[in-house]
Amino acid sequence: MSEKKWIIAGVVIFVTVVAFPFWFNLGKAAPAPELELTEKAKELNHGKCVMPTDYMQSEHMQLLDLWRHSVVRNAKRTFVNSSGQEFNMSLSNTCLECHSNKAAFCDRCHDYASVRPYCWDCHIDTPKETE
Amino acid sequence: MEDSRRRFLKLAGVSALGLTTRPVLNAFASGGGDENAHGVEVKKGQDALKAKQWAMVIDTREFESAEDLEPIIEACDKIHNIPKFENKNHEIKWIWEEHFHNAFPNQTQRFLDERIEHLPFLVMCNHCENPPCCRACPTQATFKRKSDGIVLMDFHRCIGCRFCMAACPYGSRSFNFRDPRPFIEEVSKSFPTRMKGVVEKCNFCAERLAVGEMPACVEASNGAIAFGDLHDPESEIRELLRTHYTIRRKQNLGTEPSVYYIV
Repeated sequence: MSEKKWIIAGVVIFVTVVAFPFWFNLGKAAPAPELELTEKAKELNHGKCVMPTDYMQSEHMQLLDLWRHSVVRNAKRTFVNSSGQEFNMSLSNTCLECHSNKAAFCDRCHDYASVRPYCWDCHIDTPKETE
Repeated sequence: MEDSRRRFLKLAGVSALGLTTRPVLNAFASGGGDENAHGVEVKKGQDALKAKQWAMVIDTREFESAEDLEPIIEACDKIHNIPKFENKNHEIKWIWEEHFHNAFPNQTQRFLDERIEHLPFLVMCNHCENPPCCRACPTQATFKRKSDGIVLMDFHRCIGCRFCMAACPYGSRSFNFRDPRPFIEEVSKSFPTRMKGVVEKCNFCAERLAVGEMPACVEASNGAIAFGDLHDPESEIRELLRTHYTIRRKQNLGTEPSVYYIV
């Protein structure tokens, strides 16, 4: 039993080191980003996106995945949402037509969540501004 | 014998478990992409042009020199954001010109008609009915679309292995060795660019057909290029093929190219 204090000390040091990222960053969490909607996004379609806002917040990547698959592979380019409205499935020309502020809309949240989608390597991110 | 019965029961149990994996895996694999879950639907636009197999007939009698082909190539380059590289090794080509003996190596005669010998031929992806590139692609990034016969690239899936370039007997495919963006003279907002590391080629203007427009080269050709459904006996191109002698590139390979040339 003479090793008891060493074992306890060792366990305490081990736990402290392993938990370093947690206690070091405690209370320093960055605030959730605030997204800016453009005037157009507020007005067009009565401020509604192609799908309800909470769906878009959590599932927009699945929706975009469906869109790209449908457009590229099945030649189906028209999206009909649950209320019967039709949209051209295009990231650059439909999504960004309203959300033309990519930096304050897409990037802010992606940076916060530390995701780096490579959409913009090919898709043009300012379709209307320079036209 | 008791031992073997025990073994038998064990094996049977494991086998029964094995049989259940398939439905479970299928259930996992089908997750996502289910458009019906939210009462939504995807469909073709109402103006979309339809065909079983798009094909092209190029009347080379309408062309005299490279200047005649330039506006056609230019039209394509512009709308598809095709970069211009100084270095020939980096060149990206969707539609370009070629000498007869390069485009049609099997049809070259010893004494060739002088007009043909000096005439530049427009060449591009032939959208073969039996495309070797699609068989070579390990990710199905290039595929033959069943609905209209276009051989398409899904740039999202391309891993840049270039097997398709090796498989294509027409040299119709180009690889992006560099990021093409800085080399695009004037970026067209309606079509995405490509990124470094993907293969690209002519797409028969699938994005224009989807909104009821003819391919850019057809529009720019002043009637020298006809475009239509190869499987429709009443179509304009079938009429042209009935009334003219046409040739195709490297027909002997059995790829069934869909671009025909009136010479």
